[in-house]
Amino acid sequence: MTTTLDALVRCIAVLLVFLVFPLVIGQTEHKVMAHMQGRLGPMYAGGFHGWAQLVADGVKFAQKEDVVPAGADRKIFQLAPAVALLPYLLALVAIPLGPGDLLGQSLDAGLFFVLAVMGVGVLGSLMAGWASANKFSLLGGIRTAAQLMAYELPMLLAAASVAMAAGTVSLTGILGAFHWWWVPWQIVGGFVFFVSGLAELQRPPFDMPVADSEIIFGAYTEYTGLRFALFLLSEYAGILVVSALTAVLFLGGWHGPMADGLGWLWMLLKTFALAFLVIWIRVTYPRLREDQLMRFAWTVLIPLSLAQLALTGIVKVVIS
Amino acid sequence: MNLAAVPLDSTRGFLSPSGVEIVFVLVGLGVLGAALLTVTTKQLVHAALWLVVALGGLAIEYLLLTAEFIAWVQVLIYVGAVVVLVLFGLMLTRAPIGASPDADSGNRWVALGVALAAAATLVTLVVDAFRSTWIDLGTVAGSTKANGVTLFRYWVLPFEALSVLLLAALVGAIVLSRREKKEP
Repeated sequence: MTTTLDALVRCIAVLLVFLVFPLVIGQTEHKVMAHMQGRLGPMYAGGFHGWAQLVADGVKFAQKEDVVPAGADRKIFQLAPAVALLPYLLALVAIPLGPGDLLGQSLDAGLFFVLAVMGVGVLGSLMAGWASANKFSLLGGIRTAAQLMAYELPMLLAAASVAMAAGTVSLTGILGAFHWWWVPWQIVGGFVFFVSGLAELQRPPFDMPVADSEIIFGAYTEYTGLRFALFLLSEYAGILVVSALTAVLFLGGWHGPMADGLGWLWMLLKTFALAFLVIWIRVTYPRLREDQLMRFAWTVLIPLSLAQLALTGIVKVVIS
Repeated sequence: MNLAAVPLDSTRGFLSPSGVEIVFVLVGLGVLGAALLTVTTKQLVHAALWLVVALGGLAIEYLLLTAEFIAWVQVLIYVGAVVVLVLFGLMLTRAPIGASPDADSGNRWVALGVALAAAATLVTLVVDAFRSTWIDLGTVAGSTKANGVTLFRYWVLPFEALSVLLLAALVGAIVLSRREKKEP
């Protein structure tokens, strides 16, 4: 009975993290973006510096009418937000928060699992783009697919480099084998992985698929109410997953002073520092053009990740 | 192959299936249904999405057989990359909402014959090869390490031959799709 209870507690904990942390990141984005642009951001909802703004937004979205366009493919249109959101929930299960047993479920091929389910999430955008019966949405879906195919490869290669260094594809195993000098050793891979992650999430400067000045809101143009809110939530859950995964693979996750007691704190600090970086990049850089986007992936990121892979192999052979 | 297979003994039989075996058969039926819908649906994009269901169901089958690594690779490569590529191609060329009456090539019966022949061959082969072996699900036989050891210790030559084949296909695709610059 204890194993059932244990599994239940873990599932609820992962669900709580999944429901709370993306909102924290969203609220941080509101405030950080505002202050970087010389504004105050939300100030009224909830009283103290507008802390309840996203709760209020959620209530607002829930009240709106759920419209499905007349020409749309109803079933796929309605299914798409779930397909976009659920993979990130599944991915969170395998990401370790602290040393020992502090994670949802330790998987033998955890790294592969996380990358695989993240790839499935993009299907949601594609389904939304196609089923909306809208030219802008379709363009957004096509851009999403092209971007994903260009950036999935460097992301996998960078992750493979860490797996090679650790000699395992289990996320707990990778953290168990971590040493501080991995950070400079894998720094190029970390850069490639983080940038590809941004591109996979369609965050600025890689937000061609939702470029508002060109194609309104890409694949999500026709969505209203809760379903639209689910797409937004999946974006912030994606930031959480990519930041946490970068922290685990390239920054040592829970490693830090007094890791046995404070490991979870280090992991959270690293994750949120990376999430802050995501927001900072959004405010700083203008959007890439489609051809620049593709050229950046194929001529910069992929050679860099291959170089990192070669470096990892050489160092690994030398030290073993 | 170092599959954790044991010879048939008297305690195992087809008439007293375990829970895993029942789930395996049920998921298998689901995969079969999704595959049938893939080839019979009138809507092109629906066919691609049913393909996702079929391939995802196969990943679950791998999981039930404790081949975790293969299952995630299946999701990563087939669902995450191949189907996305198919959808991308469909959206770029022709993907109307609703039925595509011109999607039927008229080869229905020939295709059915080929499919049945292929299925018969494979079923015969698998039944004949593994007739009296059972996978012991108590020990994980398909871990990443076991796969790596098997692949790079016993099957390294076919693996390398396959990679050369794929490389040749890649170079060929680039050569075919490259346009020569025309002199003005």
